[in-house]
Amino acid sequence: MIDYHFDWGVIARNADKLTDALLLGLWLAVVSLAIGCVIGLVTAYARVSGKWWLSRPVWLYVEFIRCTPLLLLVFFLYFGLPEFDISFLDKTQSFILSLSLYAGAYMSEVFRAGLASIPKQYVEAAKAIGLRPWQRQAYVVLPVMFRITLPSVSNNLISLFKDTSLAAAIAVPELTFTARQINANTFRVMESWLTASALYLATAYLIALVLRQIERRYAAIR
Amino acid sequence: MESWMTPGSFLFEAWQSRQGLLAGLAVTLASSALSIVMATVCGLLMGIGLTFGWWWLRLLARLYVDLMRGIPVLVLILFTYYGLALFGINVAAFWAGVIALGAFATAHVAENFRGAVESVPAGQMEAAKAIGLTFPKRLWYVILPQAVRRMLPPWVNTGLEIVKGTTLLSIIGVVELLLASQQVMARNYMIIDFYLLAMVMYLIINFAIAQLGGLLERRFSYLRY
Repeated sequence: MIDYHFDWGVIARNADKLTDALLLGLWLAVVSLAIGCVIGLVTAYARVSGKWWLSRPVWLYVEFIRCTPLLLLVFFLYFGLPEFDISFLDKTQSFILSLSLYAGAYMSEVFRAGLASIPKQYVEAAKAIGLRPWQRQAYVVLPVMFRITLPSVSNNLISLFKDTSLAAAIAVPELTFTARQINANTFRVMESWLTASALYLATAYLIALVLRQIERRYAAIR
Repeated sequence: MESWMTPGSFLFEAWQSRQGLLAGLAVTLASSALSIVMATVCGLLMGIGLTFGWWWLRLLARLYVDLMRGIPVLVLILFTYYGLALFGINVAAFWAGVIALGAFATAHVAENFRGAVESVPAGQMEAAKAIGLTFPKRLWYVILPQAVRRMLPPWVNTGLEIVKGTTLLSIIGVVELLLASQQVMARNYMIIDFYLLAMVMYLIINFAIAQLGGLLERRFSYLRY
């Protein structure tokens, strides 16, 4: 690194832009995780239902998503859906859709494992005290499963937050896109990428810290 | 038959652009293979450092692993691509991407190695010490044969992640399978068909790797205790 002089003024001038970008990335991750959890829960129940016409399509969906690169999925939905006359999604919504589908497959596996790990006796005990099927799920199975799967869910949130960097490929103004823009406009290579890396790192660490606290609060086994 | 191969039909267009697509596929496979080899070699060395090293080596390796796991791969790739030039290292986009992917996966392999080695019961190491084996021999004859079996599933997963990660190289302009498909689409506007074709190719690659991983796991599961 010969004759490289750091000029952090570039970052200071773009501070509000970078903050907006970071918050947009977080928002994308949280929304996608929420939708992904809904998809994951429904598909996990379909998977354990024992009916082949429900569990096979879910298996296909999960394997398909896990073997497909996320970037390809993002491009396919962004450029491909308008071919089917589905063009009401802007680029942010299109990205949320692809990230949600992606998260849904992973959450489906997480919830399936969670449902499988609930002791049979819990359900039997719930039957014995006369709970209806939906009550058994709502008051016995789901709360326990939520506690068991919480660590996996929080890990997924962190990796989804990192995956929001792919939104830069379709020009959603999140952190990677903004850093690249600053880099292209000012040629301050080190400053822009060091800042982006540090922001991602700090945010991922912060999310992990907060979620560990929540996990401790709701730990399955104390 | 004739209607399939008329200009404008999918098969015709795919046949027309076969060379670009196959070249893209070759770049995807080459960058994946290089990154996997680099990640495995560096990751094992770093894993040894992370598990058995002096305290400062462990600290350095831990710092590296946590850094790599907290930064998105895309940022790493862009950083490497734009940043290496500053150090006077003028590398092609392909190599910048391979280095970034390899450096990212190195952290995962190192962490897997540490987990696998630490899951081998401590008695094994103590017994090997008791019969007077040196450290390299303890590692080679006692610890590694048991650790490798536990390392295999996450290692195969890392390989899959790398293959999927090579799509990110398209963003820095490496013409791999995704960008090659997009170049074809730019010519004939058959967006759905060629994205689906690329998807099928990635599915085949990843499915093959997953099957290979299953084969290796069965091969190395000869001993249970």
